[in-house]
Amino acid sequence: MSASAVHGLWTDLAAPAAEPIARIQAPTIEYAQLSPVLIVIGAAVLGILVEAFVPRRGRYHAQLFVSGVALAAGFAAVVALAVSGYATTGAGVAAEGAVAVDGPALFLQGVILLVGLVALFTFAERRLDPATHGNPVDSFAAQAASVPGSDSEKAAVKAGFTTTEVFPLLLFAVGGMMVFPAANDLLTLFIALEVFSLPLYLLCALARRKRLLSQEAAVKYFLLGAFASAFTLFGIALLYGYAGSVNYGRIAQVVEGTVQEVSPALAGTMGNDVLLLIGAALVTMGLLFKVGAVPFHMWTPDVYQGAPTPVTGFMASATKVAAFGALLRLLYVVLPGLRWDWRPVMWAVAAVTMVIGAIVAITQTDIKRLLAYSSIAHAGFILAGVIATRPEGISSVLFYLAAYSFVTVGAFAVVTLVRDAGGEATHLSKWAGLGRRSPLVAAVFAVFLLAFAGIPLTSGFAGKFAVFKAAAEGGAAPLVVVGVLSSAVAAFFYIRVIVLMFFSEPKPEGPTVAVPSPLTTTAIAVGAAVTVVLGVAPQYFLDLANSAGVFVR
Amino acid sequence: MIALLIAAPLLGAAVLLCGGRRLDKAGHWIGTALAFVSFGLGAVLFAGLLGRGAEDRTLVQHLYSWVPVEGFQADVAFRLDQLSITFVLLITGVGSLIHVYSIGYMEHDERRRRFFGYLNLFLAAMLILVLADNYLLLYLGWEGVGLASYLLIGFWQHKPSAATAAKKAFLVNRVGDMGLSIAVMLMFTTFGTFAFTPVLDSVGAATSGAAAPVGEGTLTAIALMLLLAACGKSAQVPLQSWLGDAMEGPTPVSALIHAATMVTAGVYLIVRSGAIFDAAPDAQLVVTVVGAVTLIFGAIVGCAKDDIKKALAGSTMSQIGYMVLAAGLGPIGYAVAIMHLVTHGFFKAGLFLGAGSVMHGMNDEVDMRKYGGLRKYMPVTFVTFGLGYLAIIGFPGLSGFFSKDLIIEAAFAKGGVQGWILGTVTLVGAGITAYYMTRVMLMTFFGEERWRNLPAASPDAPDVEPAAGHGGVPHPHESPKVMTVPMIVLAFGSVFAGAFFGIGERFVHWLEPVTSFEHGHPPVSALTVTAATVTVMAIGVGLAWLHYGRRPVPVVAPRGSLLTRAARRDLYQDDFNHVVLVRGGEHLTRSLVYVDHTLVDGVVNGTAAGVGGLSSRMRRLQNGFARSYAVSMFGGTAVLVAATLLMRAV
Repeated sequence: MSASAVHGLWTDLAAPAAEPIARIQAPTIEYAQLSPVLIVIGAAVLGILVEAFVPRRGRYHAQLFVSGVALAAGFAAVVALAVSGYATTGAGVAAEGAVAVDGPALFLQGVILLVGLVALFTFAERRLDPATHGNPVDSFAAQAASVPGSDSEKAAVKAGFTTTEVFPLLLFAVGGMMVFPAANDLLTLFIALEVFSLPLYLLCALARRKRLLSQEAAVKYFLLGAFASAFTLFGIALLYGYAGSVNYGRIAQVVEGTVQEVSPALAGTMGNDVLLLIGAALVTMGLLFKVGAVPFHMWTPDVYQGAPTPVTGFMASATKVAAFGALLRLLYVVLPGLRWDWRPVMWAVAAVTMVIGAIVAITQTDIKRLLAYSSIAHAGFILAGVIATRPEGISSVLFYLAAYSFVTVGAFAVVTLVRDAGGEATHLSKWAGLGRRSPLVAAVFAVFLLAFAGIPLTSGFAGKFAVFKAAAEGGAAPLVVVGVLSSAVAAFFYIRVIVLMFFSEPKPEGPTVAVPSPLTTTAIAVGAAVTVVLGVAPQYFLDLANSAGVFVR
Repeated sequence: MIALLIAAPLLGAAVLLCGGRRLDKAGHWIGTALAFVSFGLGAVLFAGLLGRGAEDRTLVQHLYSWVPVEGFQADVAFRLDQLSITFVLLITGVGSLIHVYSIGYMEHDERRRRFFGYLNLFLAAMLILVLADNYLLLYLGWEGVGLASYLLIGFWQHKPSAATAAKKAFLVNRVGDMGLSIAVMLMFTTFGTFAFTPVLDSVGAATSGAAAPVGEGTLTAIALMLLLAACGKSAQVPLQSWLGDAMEGPTPVSALIHAATMVTAGVYLIVRSGAIFDAAPDAQLVVTVVGAVTLIFGAIVGCAKDDIKKALAGSTMSQIGYMVLAAGLGPIGYAVAIMHLVTHGFFKAGLFLGAGSVMHGMNDEVDMRKYGGLRKYMPVTFVTFGLGYLAIIGFPGLSGFFSKDLIIEAAFAKGGVQGWILGTVTLVGAGITAYYMTRVMLMTFFGEERWRNLPAASPDAPDVEPAAGHGGVPHPHESPKVMTVPMIVLAFGSVFAGAFFGIGERFVHWLEPVTSFEHGHPPVSALTVTAATVTVMAIGVGLAWLHYGRRPVPVVAPRGSLLTRAARRDLYQDDFNHVVLVRGGEHLTRSLVYVDHTLVDGVVNGTAAGVGGLSSRMRRLQNGFARSYAVSMFGGTAVLVAATLLMRAV
């Protein structure tokens, strides 16, 4: 082929480009409406810079300050948006339809920010472990990269290293979690999923004590999380193939059959219900993995047990809030037209989750594993509300998430206090007689357990009642029966811990309760206060959840 | 004003019971003063009522809405009319006197302040009972007097017998209370309200055909439940067993609660609900039967008891039997029943106070066989007790004569065979009354002074309780003024009240607007009835004199005839209750416990074990290998996808 012919190929191809190039429209970004997320992510980036430039001695305080201010400012921004009507009449989508700013999103973002703030306090706690070599230490490894038990680790401990990177990691996770329930297209959903998952994988591996267990947990979490992400991504691709768009509203229109024109590139697949069903199932599966529903729950006990307890508390509460928010949006905005297909399946998942979570928890001997199974059972209860497919379902789930997340973060904060020579004493036998030795700590923990069990005058009861009521009204009465029976089974192991704490003889060489700094004290106090207030006077918060319970489409 | 009447003793109860030991010195004075305040208010209200026309004497004071619920209105409202003011005066009057008496009687008791607190509590509750304007508030008072009665019977709780008696009274009363609560519920479902006026008016309207008819069956059910309540509170057969044991309480309590006021609450209830009973003739018949049976029952028991207070308790049952019988006669009997109630309040309270005075002088000995010839040592007690005695047996001219005679007349006036039977029963009852009261009188105040040389307490004698730890020969003496003055006042009442009420039918006309009144027409003339009554009474007195006056009274009770032995055991009422109710209940409980242990616990434990087993089995799936977890997720996803597709296919 001659050179001119080759050139001709170029010019032929370039011929259309000779026309004036259409300008690429810069996307409109509503910075004000996105400000909560931007503040948190921005602070996380700032945190990285702090790691790089601030001298080692000042880092802890600088990080704590930056994170605390960012979370508080983010919450203030959420409140400001809600007050200016974005939760109700002014709800809409921002960033070219990628992010929704509406009631559920703002409500859940507020909850995540507050839980994040409480979790931040437990992250920053430095008084529980005795100081090593004169340096106060927190729950995290001195140097994550050093092999457990190696000389380099000892050197790092001796040098007083601390992993202050946990603070920006926490902020990244919080930022991702805030986007997750607000994501209004499937790609944003996936990005958010990864943004909050990756920091969590890292955080799981950072325990100062029992580092092998911690690292094993992190690897498991990472592998299974990646596995689940792959499913999700595949599901997203199938849904795109079905609808020709990743936008929630657009997919919903195609599902409902209100869109007629077919994009030529996808003419072969668009509107193919098999793609829709498989895609929806796979995306749902990814979300169910994050909430820890059976049969995608297997990672939960291992990871909850191995991760540093402050991380466990944060992960157990905030992840659940974010993932349920995303699940709600997916099912209520994208797939309402498909509910006759997904409801029976979700019924089964919810029932099995409640039953297995409650039953397997009975034979657990480690308090963190026990709480992990408890969180599985709670995921089942919340699913029952999700399935209601009515407005009350949304608001009851929102309320339940708020109640549950504070109980959880508080309960894990208490777990950090009970210690013996090997760090936290998580084996249940060591908790025997705790009520005799430290009545206050045991009493607060008992309040959290009663809230988990759903005893009246705690937030757990109000939440469970709201969820079961919505489910029953939504025609899921059999599911409610299963739920109540599982609650009865679950009550057994919660009460058993209370009995153990108050009515068993203390062991002579039992653990001691460490005296925490004001940080953890605040965290526990906030958890307990929210638990009691939401239990005694739930109506205001139910109304709040109710007024926030409408998704924008 | 009406509310103040109740508030005074209520305040007293609150102050005395919450005040603590610093009030020990003044407590009894506070209690007594507030009782008198209440009495004074009652007298003022009474004067106010007298100043109004006969038809205009019903005052209702609405205090506040108690339970304001849509469709369920209960108010705290008080109703003052001729019937309730009569009770108010009786309760506060006799109550005040007994407060005064108690100052002396309880002088050496360390817990006197508490005692007066309970007495005030009783007064307040009893006033609520008789002043309530609806059945729900009445129920509050009803339970309140039950509580006060329980606390006071068991006041000497260090004595196991007193504690047991209090429990017994409480339990038996619960049966009656259940009746009242069922009656109130039935009333609410039938009429939609508890207030007296609408309920009773609609009953009246229904029977006269003016309003939608209420089934007679419903009315009979309500009436019978009210009767059950009355039986419990007024110790009528079959719920009579508690009254004898209730004598374990201090004697002023027996006088006030278990003779003069609380036990007559049942009669008040029946008279107040007269319209319901009028509309349910079957229930009315049951009322008269209960009254007749109790009147004979109590009299027989009273004949055999050697314990002076238990003999009087039998008499109380019997006299209330008279009242209930009269109340069962309908309009011809209501006012008469209340009249006997008031006169009985005077003389029976007087008799009990006399008995207390005797016990006070005799080292708390209650066995009449260890009395004898006391008239020389306690002249005031003797005279006042004697006047009470004459009044109760119906000696012409004294209170009991007028009121009892009217009841006997009314019973005959019932007409037909029923009238003859009831009349005869009341006549015979009058004879027995004369017999047992003469017996008490003779054994206590006449005869040889058996207390001088007592044998050692013989264990086989029934009903003889060991003298309360004092020992030695007693030194009978008259009681102090603070005790005798109330007895004298009550004796005046016993003598003159009947004549004052009875002559010119003053009392029945006073009550007529509330209870309605009809003149009965006995088949024989009123004079014949009176003559027969006096004759029977004389025979009773004569027989008693033959048995206890002419012959010396043995200190240890002889074995006696079959009837005597039965009567000493209260005609086997406790044995009956024990065999039928207690044993039956125990068997039922035991079988239920058995079912609970085997079946219920079996199911529960079995479930727990099953769940536990399932748990440990499922736990093994959690093997710690990430690959297994991934397989589980993969399998789950496959099932999820398959199920979703299947749903569409189906």
